Amino acid sequence: MKQNIINKIWNTHLVHSKAGFPEMLYIDRILLHEVTSAQAFAELKNRNIPIRNKHNIIATVDHSIPTDKNRIVIADEIARKQVDTLRANCKETGITIYDIDSHHQGIVHVVGPELGFTLPGKTIICGDSHTSTHGAFGALAFGVGTSEITHAMASSCILQDKPKTYRVEFKGMPNQYFTAKDAILKLIAEIGIGGGKGCVIEYVGEYIRSLSMEARMTICNMSIECGARAGLIAPDATTLSYLEGREYAPKGNDWEQAKQEWLALASDEGAEYDYSITIDITGAGPMITWGINPEHAIALNETTPAINAGGDKATLEKAYAYTGLQPGQSLVGTAIDFAFVGSCTNGRIEDLRAVAKILDGRKVANNVTMYIVPGSEQVMEMAQAEGLDKIFAAAGADFRMPGCSMCLAMNPDKVPEGKRCISTTNRNFIGRQGPNSITHLASPQTVAASAVLGKIAGQEHLA
Amino acid sequence: MKKFTTLSSHIIPLAIDNVDTDMIIPAQHLKSVSKEGYGENVFSALRSMYPDFVLNKPQYNTGKILVSKENFGCGSSREHAVWAIQQYGIETVICNSFSDIFFNNSAKNGLLLITQPLEVINEMLAIAEEDSTAVMTVDLPNQSISYNGKGYHFDYDGFRKHCLINGLDDLDYLMSHTSEINKYEEHHGKA
Repeated sequence: MKQNIINKIWNTHLVHSKAGFPEMLYIDRILLHEVTSAQAFAELKNRNIPIRNKHNIIATVDHSIPTDKNRIVIADEIARKQVDTLRANCKETGITIYDIDSHHQGIVHVVGPELGFTLPGKTIICGDSHTSTHGAFGALAFGVGTSEITHAMASSCILQDKPKTYRVEFKGMPNQYFTAKDAILKLIAEIGIGGGKGCVIEYVGEYIRSLSMEARMTICNMSIECGARAGLIAPDATTLSYLEGREYAPKGNDWEQAKQEWLALASDEGAEYDYSITIDITGAGPMITWGINPEHAIALNETTPAINAGGDKATLEKAYAYTGLQPGQSLVGTAIDFAFVGSCTNGRIEDLRAVAKILDGRKVANNVTMYIVPGSEQVMEMAQAEGLDKIFAAAGADFRMPGCSMCLAMNPDKVPEGKRCISTTNRNFIGRQGPNSITHLASPQTVAASAVLGKIAGQEHLA
Repeated sequence: MKKFTTLSSHIIPLAIDNVDTDMIIPAQHLKSVSKEGYGENVFSALRSMYPDFVLNKPQYNTGKILVSKENFGCGSSREHAVWAIQQYGIETVICNSFSDIFFNNSAKNGLLLITQPLEVINEMLAIAEEDSTAVMTVDLPNQSISYNGKGYHFDYDGFRKHCLINGLDDLDYLMSHTSEINKYEEHHGKA
């Protein structure tokens, strides 16, 4: 039978299946961070259940840690306890932790791929919804809650209902300012934040094939923002060349064999899906969000929608009231206070290079505070080796230490009340970047151009 | 896990779509290493920003059944959202649809999630708007709801129903299949 890649991976990981019960799915890899793991370790301890396969687990610290240079000292006592608890749990159980100054600390979804821990055909879980990022490698990667982390640590399995499959094809070639971030925002605007519910998405098409691994990760990362359980892209030569030689990637003969297996994961010609959609991106330009969830996205050269343009009227009214905007207006020219580059969506080296290219020889506007937060220590070190840090400093941007930072404002990096931020992150929910702050999601290039001009703008507006 | 059979309470009408888990419990409140202490911060941002938010209204805010609209629980995978709702005192959420991760997290903590057609949701919200004291009864064994003299049926997955009624959690079920996990690993290796 012809199968798509989603069902191929699912079916080969089934441990137990019984009518009327959720399926027992084998989990190959678990990624841990400080926020959602402590209660899982405690539960196992309470029930006296050992970790089944500790070598399939790695941990790092990202959400709660500060991003200033002297981050060793965590002033926030509760955050410090959370980080210390993860350290102690890893030490006690023998799980590898990539801690501060290990050269591999960083946002869990940046670190996994960098280490080659994320591999094609694997099932991966993490207590974070953006685990879908790892799908860029042709892995089936789910964000889960603490209970399922506990289950996977104890049994290497989780219970899930079989997902529906959703084929998303990007058709045509966009304009030169369009990025992977714009592609995924366009999809979310089109199908809505619940449009992928119950599904795993496979992204296909010529545009997807043209993308680097970094860009593919940006797309898969935001699969959850249209409600999908996961998103993935079949492995190809780009995937293999990214992975070859990475720490956890197979070596020698194993590598040669793995390559053949991974390429065979591609969906069979004519395989069926439960749903499919084609998104035409011919000539498309950059996107930006205006409202309070990621489906409130428009092209930078469009105007904001009317209240009765469709969707829940109450939500649209609330969105306009919160963001201080009016229906029918252009966002271009709206003054901003903050510009943020970073996160598991756009905190990789390619994103920093794109930002440096725009900031080189330019200054961040006086009214703007700009944070550039690398996704990992590796990204930071690469940026330093390439001299990007000097470009950022000369432009007046604050190049900080790796972590989730202002994406969710769990650490001290917050957008102050009432301030407006243009951000490369993934959620513009009410208060996401700090209580009463306003977020506009966009690509790194759009964020950098806006930071220079002090107001929302695209690269084409730069002199 | 706490057992769930029946529940009677007035309802908390939250007539919006896409309630996300950042709304339910903002990230600033996720730093604890325990499962306790989240109830007081449930919907904290909305409660402080909007004086007319439903949880600020004494006639509603002691309800044990929350009724909302589409795509409830979207966004972050934080199970803290489920803990916060339960610790606040809510035991059932009725909506037109739920996000997948929130749905899974709820079942694992004994929070009953019920889906109903949007017309029914709107009907319930309208009744609560009119009469905040109207009492709803949810009966899980019979998969029925009665409210304002009217009865409604709801669909519920057999496995999860069994777990909720008996207070069993998934971990016991998984661990009871250890021989199959062993067999899988013998055949496939440990990944």
